Order: sequence, then C-alpha cells, then structure tokens
Amino acid sequence: MALISDGRFVEDAWRRLADEEALPKSGKVIVSLPRLDHALEIQTSEMTLGAIVPNTAEPSALMSALPRLGLVSIAFPAFADGRGFSLARLLRRAGFAGELRASGRLVADQYPHLVGCGFDTVEIPDDLAERQDESQWRAALAAYSRAYQRGYAARSSVLEARRKALRP
Amino acid sequence: MTAHDPQATRRPNAPTTTYRYDEFDAAFVRERVAEFREQVRRRLSGALTEEEFRPFRLMNGLYLQLHAYMLRVAIPYGTLIAPQMRRLADIADKWDKGYGHFTTRQNLQYNWPKLVDTPDILEALAEVEMHAIQTSGNCIRNVTADHFAGVARDEIEDPRPTAEYLRQWSSLHPEFSFLPRKFKIAVTGGEHDRAAIMVHDIGLRIVRNEAGEIGYQVVVGGGLGRSPFVGKVVRDFAPRADLLAYIEAVMRVYNRFGRRDNKYKARIKILVHEKGIDEIRAEVEAEFSAIDRTVFAHDPEEFARIAAFFAPPPYEALPAKSPALDAAKLEYPAFANFVDVNVSPHKVDGYAIVTVSLKPIGGVPGDATSDQMRVLADLSERFGFGELRISHEQNVILPHVKQDDLFALWRALDAAGLATANAGLISDIISCPGLDYCSLATARSIPIAQAISKRFSDMSRQRRIGKLGVKISGCINACGHHHIGAIGILGLEKKGQESYQITLGGDPTFSASIGELLGPGVTAEQVPDVIEHLVDFYLSERLENEQFIDTWRRVGHARFKDALRREGEDGADI
Repeated sequence: MALISDGRFVEDAWRRLADEEALPKSGKVIVSLPRLDHALEIQTSEMTLGAIVPNTAEPSALMSALPRLGLVSIAFPAFADGRGFSLARLLRRAGFAGELRASGRLVADQYPHLVGCGFDTVEIPDDLAERQDESQWRAALAAYSRAYQRGYAARSSVLEARRKALRP
Repeated sequence: MTAHDPQATRRPNAPTTTYRYDEFDAAFVRERVAEFREQVRRRLSGALTEEEFRPFRLMNGLYLQLHAYMLRVAIPYGTLIAPQMRRLADIADKWDKGYGHFTTRQNLQYNWPKLVDTPDILEALAEVEMHAIQTSGNCIRNVTADHFAGVARDEIEDPRPTAEYLRQWSSLHPEFSFLPRKFKIAVTGGEHDRAAIMVHDIGLRIVRNEAGEIGYQVVVGGGLGRSPFVGKVVRDFAPRADLLAYIEAVMRVYNRFGRRDNKYKARIKILVHEKGIDEIRAEVEAEFSAIDRTVFAHDPEEFARIAAFFAPPPYEALPAKSPALDAAKLEYPAFANFVDVNVSPHKVDGYAIVTVSLKPIGGVPGDATSDQMRVLADLSERFGFGELRISHEQNVILPHVKQDDLFALWRALDAAGLATANAGLISDIISCPGLDYCSLATARSIPIAQAISKRFSDMSRQRRIGKLGVKISGCINACGHHHIGAIGILGLEKKGQESYQITLGGDPTFSASIGELLGPGVTAEQVPDVIEHLVDFYLSERLENEQFIDTWRRVGHARFKDALRREGEDGADI
C-alpha cells in the first residue's frame, strides 16, 4: 500500500491490524468496525485508535466513538463508487477532527474531490502507485486554481474571488 | 448584459442576453481542457487504464460509439450566441464531417472526432466560452431549461439564471461527481412546461408563494429509460436562498442510498419508487435541516449578478400588429403557413419567436450542416440580437425577431433549406441516433423518422392533423423520449429482426403521462402504415380544436387499439 498526503508519498504512521491480530499496548493502530467497540474498551493511553469503515456506515452509529478516534479510513470498494465522498462530509460535519483517509483503488484525478470532501490522506495499492506516481497526484491537486462550490475545502473559491474583484 | 461583456461593441446588433464568462469561469474551463489533455496523454502512456479513464472522458462529453468516438458539447440551457454557433460550424468542418447533431438535451454531438483531437476541440470551444463538461457520465449533467425562456408570455421568471447558477455549482462537484448514475436537472419558469421537468431526476418549477416571493417547486424521480416514471413533488416551495442547500440535500440522499448494484436500477427514480416519496422527503428534509446554510449567505448577490446577464435586449417600441407581416402573409401562402406553424407569440409587442425546424421532410432529425449553422448565426445577428436557442425538440429557435422582419427572415431560411413549416407537427419528430450511430441501440431510429416524415410529406395534411408529437427511440434507454410522445415508437430487436413497439398518450408537460402500449411490435416497413391508421382514426373521431392527445384521452386507448385491429384485418399483419 502507498499513502499520499499533501501530494506526496509518505510513510504510514498507522498500522492496519488484521482481525485475528491482538491489539498492541501502544502505537497507532487501525481496526475494523466490528472490533472497534472492544478496542475502545481496552484502549490504553499509549495507544491511538483508528477505524476503517465501509462507505455505507451510518454516521450516527460512529458518533460516540468519533471523539476518541485519531483516524477514520473510509473504504472505497471501487473508485467510481462515490458514497465515501458523502460519508466524509458527514463525518466532518459531525466534528471529526482527526485524520480522514480514503482507502481503495482511487486514481490521482480524484484527488481534488477527495480533498474537497475533507480527506487528508489517500491509501492506494502499490500497483496503482507505480502507474500513478507522486507527480500525477501533485498535478491533480494543482489542476484547478478555484472551485465553484461553497463549504468544501478548496485552494480558493470562485465566489470569494468574484466578490473581491467586484468590490476591491 | 453589455456592461459585463467587453466584446459587445464588436458584434453588430448583438448585445448578448446570455451569461458571459468572467476571468474565473474562463480560467476554470481552460484548466479543465488542460486537465483533459493530460488525461488523454496519461491514457495513451498507460498511466490510466481504459476503465479508469472512462469516467473522466465521459465527464468531458466523450463517448465511445459504434463506429467512432462521439463528443457531446454542452449548450447550457440551450442558449448560445452567434460566434458560438459559428465556432460549432468551424469545429464540424475541421475535426468532423461538416455537420453536427442537436440532441434532446439541448446539446450538440459530433459523431466522428478522433480521441487525440478532442483536447484541441475542447480548447476551440473554450475560446468561445463553451465546453463539454458533464454532458455525460454519472454526474450532474448539463442543466436544461425552457427554450422560450425570457420571451414566453406565460413566464413567471426566466429560468436560465437558475440553470446557470446550478451549472456553476455542479461543475466538478467534489462530492457529486461519482453518483450511482447520471443526474439530469431541468428548470422551467412558465405556466406551461416546455422543458419536460416532470421526467427529470430533478425538475424545478419557478413559482411564487402567497407572499409573492419567488421560489421553486421541486420534483424528483422522474425519468424515461427502461422504467419510465413521472416525477413526484418533494417540496412545494423552496425559497431561492435555500435552493443550493435543498438540492445538495437531495443529491446527498441519492449519493448515499441510490442503488449501485444494478445500473438499470440506479437512477433516483428507482430510489423514489422503492422507498416512496414520503420516506425520501423525510430523508431530504432531515439532511436539509442539518446543512450549514451560512455558507450560502452571499448567494443572493451571486444570483443577482448572474441574472443581470439575462436582461432583455434593447427592443424597439413597436405596435402589437405588423401590417407588413399581414400583407406578406396574404401574398405568399407558403410564408403564411410558416408563420402559422413555426412562429410563436413574444412577450414584447411587435416581436415574435421563430422556430427553425431541423426536420426537413425525409431528413435526419436534429442534424445541421456547418453551412446551415453559419446561416443561422448570421440570421440571428441580422434579425435577432445574435441569440439562438436549441430546443429539446431538436430545433433551433430565434427568440427575438421583429414581426416586420419575419418575411425577410423566411426568405433567407428558405434559401438555406431551413424553412420547413412543421414545428410541432407530425413530421417534427424527435429521434435518437439509433443503430446508425449508437452502440446501445437495438434498432434504427433515423430511417423510421424519415419514412414517417415522407409518408406525411403533404404539408396541408400535416396542418390538418395539427400538433402531434412523434418520438422515436432505438432502444429502451429512451433517448428519443418515446414514452412522452403522443405517439411513441421504440425500436427493439426480436430474433435478429428489428421490431417497433408503439405507445400512445405520452405527454411531456405538467400534465405528464407515460404512453401506453398499443400491442405487439411491428416491422420497420409497417410503422408508417400503423401511424397513418392511427392518425386517420383520430381525424375521424376528433372534436373541434382537439389535439391527438386530447382525442386519445377522451375516446380512450381501447378504441385506438380496436381501430388498428380492424385496419390490420385489411392487409398488414399488425
């Protein structure tokens, strides 16, 4: 797996725990949703928890856990399955301030969409990372100087730029 | 509005009455072209697989068709100005085969572009403030509107500012670009619906509430395709200030809960049908109330800025009646027929709305040659403030013509082969490209349209028959809108043979209805006979002033079926 953050391939500070693997005493670990409640119960102060959730997860079901999570990774079963974009928006709206990660066979061209919806990092399989190197992810991020939508993260907003131009 | 338009003074008789890009819009479209150029390069280098490239080329209007790529150019709300029409003609000559096809979603399709040329085509479009963004793909498509917007007499408000406002908001939307399926929005501001809003994913009808404020009635879940549905009202009145927030709520509910397991059940119409409008409304309202609306606080100013572009052109003060027009009609019966059929009343005295039919008898519905496009551009500047519209009936509209100029315009149209006086008549057929071009098609559409058109080539007979919408689709995806044709024709394939199902009683307006099946399919050769029998039966049954659809509603489907069965006994195996 390769991890992209701010347009760069970076080392992953998190470890994805397989379901049969025991919880470590410390470190940053990502567990699957069915294990989350139990993991929260036995969490130690040296351990930071993250959760990987399906894109069909109900935000209300995650609400109580969110303040205690350092990371939520939303699984994209296919790159064209856009449910994860809405789930990301809803988690941010619910006040989640930790790392929001998109995980799946996402392509570089979707990077502005992901960032716009509140994702911090993107996790892709190695074969994809080989075809789509860092430069392509960085280029995607720089492709547009402004976005038309309000309330989404973007480099700059068309509406704001317009208002400034009309009333300097 | 000319104040926003630095080029206005360079165009004779052409103050624009449509949206013009500012530096930010222009930058956005340029960036989109650059991005696509790079995507094509990465596709060719192998960085993108065909599967990965596909949604991105589709969101730039590029389809892979039966014989070649097809590029669908957006004509937002069907409005364009003369230089844009000329550019469409130039592109047809340089990169295609000298013609284009106007579609039922007010767009233009080129049927023969090469993949490697498309970035250059998009750049040529960007130079005249056009693009092909979101004319395809599982995203919010080009927003359509009433083609008589701004000039219709029954209008509460011009729907185009709303459509433009939505165009910008939906462009490259971070959250709604990978939807379960395509998403089509139409807006109308009239008391009559000329934009078929009841059969769109979202239909917006501009209305006033009791306090006299403008807002929107929001209809969701309409659609054609293999499971046609008339849309349902989800909100009676959404104030303008809440429009984006409300639509965002609808989109979020659809994006999360629309089916993705089966592409034929993925449109919002299926979600509405399966869950019921009440449950959908509850979901949408809950989402709407959770949305932070402060981010939309400055939208009223932005809406006003956009609306200013659509200010009326500088009309002259003219008398309501034109003696010159009346005299010319008396002298030239062919002109009189053209005026009676193709000219509609304008909201300003002394002006008229002219429909230029792209349905010559025996021709390909919606096709225009590059020469015809240039003639139309020139005529729009000479006679109509340089503005043109594309209707979802696949015709071109000149929306502001002085009644005094109608005769001169008609002569010029006639010289270019563009004076067919059949707007709204039986030969004004809506047709998809069908098996002649399309990889989805199961049967031919264009030759059927041509055969019907030829069968009814006698124009006086057409006028006697009156308004009658014939719509033809070459497969169940229903791009030819056959479900909402008073006579609908659906081409299927049965055991290797083309077979045409005929439906009656479809209606695209506020009184929307889906056509009912007449019986088993017929062969391509039989279609004109069947249509002729149906029309003859209607003529024998109709009361004064009744249109085909009215008679059908009054006498009932069964009697039309019976009439056809009786006719069938005489010969054709129907």
